[in-house]
Amino acid sequence: MKTSPSTIDRRNFIRLTGITGAGLMLGLSINVKGETNVEHSANIAEGFEFSPFVIIEKSGQITIFNTRPEIGQGVFQSIPALIAEELEVSLDQVTIKQTGGEKKFGGGQSAGGSASVRSSYNNLRQVGAAAKAMLITAASTQWAVPFGECYAESAKVIHKPSGKTLGYGDLAEAAAKLEVPKTPQLKDPKDFKILGKPSPRPDVPLKSNGKAMFGIDVKVPGMVYASIERCPVFGGTLASFDDSATKKVKGVISVETCDRTIGAQKSTGVAVIADNYWAALQGRKALVVKWDYQGNDTFNTKDFEQTLRDAAKEDGAVQYAQGDFDKAYADAPVKLEAFYETPVVSHSAIEPMNCVASWHDGDQLEIWASTQVPGNIMNSFPKTYGIPPENLKVNVMFSGGGFGRRLYPDYIHETVLLTKKIGKPVKCIWTREDDTKLGPFRPMTFSAMKGALSADGKAIAFQHKVISPTLDGKKDFDKTKADGTMTEGISEQKYEIENMKNLFVHQYMPVPLAAWRAVTSTTLAFAHECFIDEMAVKAKADPMAFRLQMLSKDSDTKNVMQKLKEVSGWDKPLPAGWGRGVAQYEFFAGLAGYVVEVSKKGTGIKIEKVFAVIDLGTVVNPDTVEAQVQGAAVMALGAATKGGIIFEKGQTVQSNYHNNQLVRINEMPKVQVHILANGGPNIKGVGEPGLPSFAPALCNAIYAATGKRIRRLPFDINKIA
Amino acid sequence: MISLNINNKVYEVDASPDMPLLWAIRDLAQLTGTKFGCGIAQCGACTVHLDGMAIRSCSFPVGAAAGKKITTIEGLSEKVGLAVQKAWVELQVPQCGYCQSGQIMSATALLTSKPHPTNADIDAAMQGNLCRCGTYQRVRSAIHRAAELIK
Repeated sequence: MKTSPSTIDRRNFIRLTGITGAGLMLGLSINVKGETNVEHSANIAEGFEFSPFVIIEKSGQITIFNTRPEIGQGVFQSIPALIAEELEVSLDQVTIKQTGGEKKFGGGQSAGGSASVRSSYNNLRQVGAAAKAMLITAASTQWAVPFGECYAESAKVIHKPSGKTLGYGDLAEAAAKLEVPKTPQLKDPKDFKILGKPSPRPDVPLKSNGKAMFGIDVKVPGMVYASIERCPVFGGTLASFDDSATKKVKGVISVETCDRTIGAQKSTGVAVIADNYWAALQGRKALVVKWDYQGNDTFNTKDFEQTLRDAAKEDGAVQYAQGDFDKAYADAPVKLEAFYETPVVSHSAIEPMNCVASWHDGDQLEIWASTQVPGNIMNSFPKTYGIPPENLKVNVMFSGGGFGRRLYPDYIHETVLLTKKIGKPVKCIWTREDDTKLGPFRPMTFSAMKGALSADGKAIAFQHKVISPTLDGKKDFDKTKADGTMTEGISEQKYEIENMKNLFVHQYMPVPLAAWRAVTSTTLAFAHECFIDEMAVKAKADPMAFRLQMLSKDSDTKNVMQKLKEVSGWDKPLPAGWGRGVAQYEFFAGLAGYVVEVSKKGTGIKIEKVFAVIDLGTVVNPDTVEAQVQGAAVMALGAATKGGIIFEKGQTVQSNYHNNQLVRINEMPKVQVHILANGGPNIKGVGEPGLPSFAPALCNAIYAATGKRIRRLPFDINKIA
Repeated sequence: MISLNINNKVYEVDASPDMPLLWAIRDLAQLTGTKFGCGIAQCGACTVHLDGMAIRSCSFPVGAAAGKKITTIEGLSEKVGLAVQKAWVELQVPQCGYCQSGQIMSATALLTSKPHPTNADIDAAMQGNLCRCGTYQRVRSAIHRAAELIK
């Protein structure tokens, strides 16, 4: 990422800039008074670019660019705050603008992997610090006083001895001509005014008064609406269609074929174009389409699950090994095995997939979308459509949820294909049924677990064998290799077990698959941490003590476990009929753990208390972190206890929220969140780590309360026999 | 043409009477604060007030709304609605924010009829509003906070 001041191109740096560029720019421009300012030409007059990320105008107006799509994770505050902190401005003194994959903002223009803050923390602070140093230099030069006698505060430079002040707007022109300091002095974290403190998010007022602009809210002149009928069978495609009835529907303009590519699958659908969305839907209903299923209409979940169970007998590829698992396991006095199963689930962002695109003037393309990957779109679309990169403009709108689904631009390509075909701006909106039925989905993983204990109850051997498809959806897989994503985290846990051998068995699944919030850790942690619990039970040990005993060395995991023990009051007795469970999981995005307390309630289970501990090293906005972890717990609860996605006859059975249920407010447990931010070199992620360990902590608590070991998700929390 | 009173402003919309009110509000009156989520009254993102009652506009024919007073998120101007919005910002409820117009409209209708709702009242009134980000804990707190602000 080209953000370090030392790498900023000086010519670019001192260039008097408008961020206008040529043609239209729909800047998502926000000010904190709660008004959205979505303009088609966002002129910034007399602005001085201090780096691509900061513009200061003579008027004193300061613009900070946010490179990360806001999908609910709070980056509209946390990313600009990194710059603002060092620049000595508060966020209500700046306008935040969203970038759209433009080259000058460098790589990393995406929202994924819980990476936004942790990967920008140092370099964006340097951006702010460099600009501040230049402003101070400009002021001290103008005053002819030493640099060291001046400091910056609240968008002003102050000369300490005399009390003279100059606003950033007055200094911008002179400051922007100065050399960019290569290693600007960063603030001591103890002096932070924004970072590390609960801070309001500038997008929240807009999201409370209806003014926030999501992709689905974009309207451009001459725009028409589209809805696409697609083959319900994965792997099928269009045979023929009759649109005579469709064309009689009032408002329908035309009917076009339209391709969708997702993962390894490509299929042709039929798009109805109309002058309003409702007419497009009515026209779509009137279509008569014949599909060619290409023999793919037999795939079903029930048989596939049996295929996975059978495949578990294969040796599999070694993902990681230490010690001699086979010997240790064979010789062990106490051993146990268990098999864990998880379902396919949907992302179900409440804003359905949608996009507005305009192909105009022969080879110009403009896109407005809720997307997690503007950088990738900017990189790949010009090649795909054979246009010069400078002819593409991407406007990143607020996303009504992402959860991994908006990493995949299939819905954006569809819209581009349509606007290119008809020569008008098109808004294409998926129905909820499209969203539920067509994927891509989080795949299931099945896990074959083996563990062994010494005679005195110590864990001496452990094996986690994952049986699953891969996210890329490819049929041919080199069976001698383990897939890294599908075995995520299983060999990264800090438990000190001498002999370990983790394995992967691939099984092709003919439906589009995708990363889902916290990816494969959301299923693997369930097997992993429930089985650790099974080992504790077999060892007749307390599950917390059993884990801590395997964490003799200092580690973040040990800290999380000790914090969980403390905040949950683990050693305090519970009322009769209650049980508590613990789990943690560390993976690429970060580390968190839970203690869940449940009680028996009739035939079911009530979640009484939830304690979460997330380890970050460094925290930017604790209020956002709390919200993210609470939300992650809800999402994990849904994936563990709601129906999941089932396939029959090559298609998805579920269609909408009535049969693909999400957790509702009455089912939401109170989640108490504790943040560990004790420093350390690695900043961990926020958005995802709260998911994986929730389900195993819940299931371990249910075992403690009822003696019933849950090894298959989803389960009905109201019926625990 | 159908005449709609939305937020005390009259809109003449060219729509067939069976068009859902949601699309008349979004595409014809161009008030986009009201959201499309499911189309079958399962998620509540499209919640508006019809003569003060919370309804799901995705499943309510525009023809039946003629002559009635429609309030959308953009039109909240009474004490209760403003208190709810204030509490929403104070407690930083929204994450992605997409469902929040509907949450706020449902919460406002609840507090208008029950100024001091219990948790059970909140469960009953807010169950129809899905939030995929999982903001429910703060939604609950913000409703209690708004109740205090109204006092």
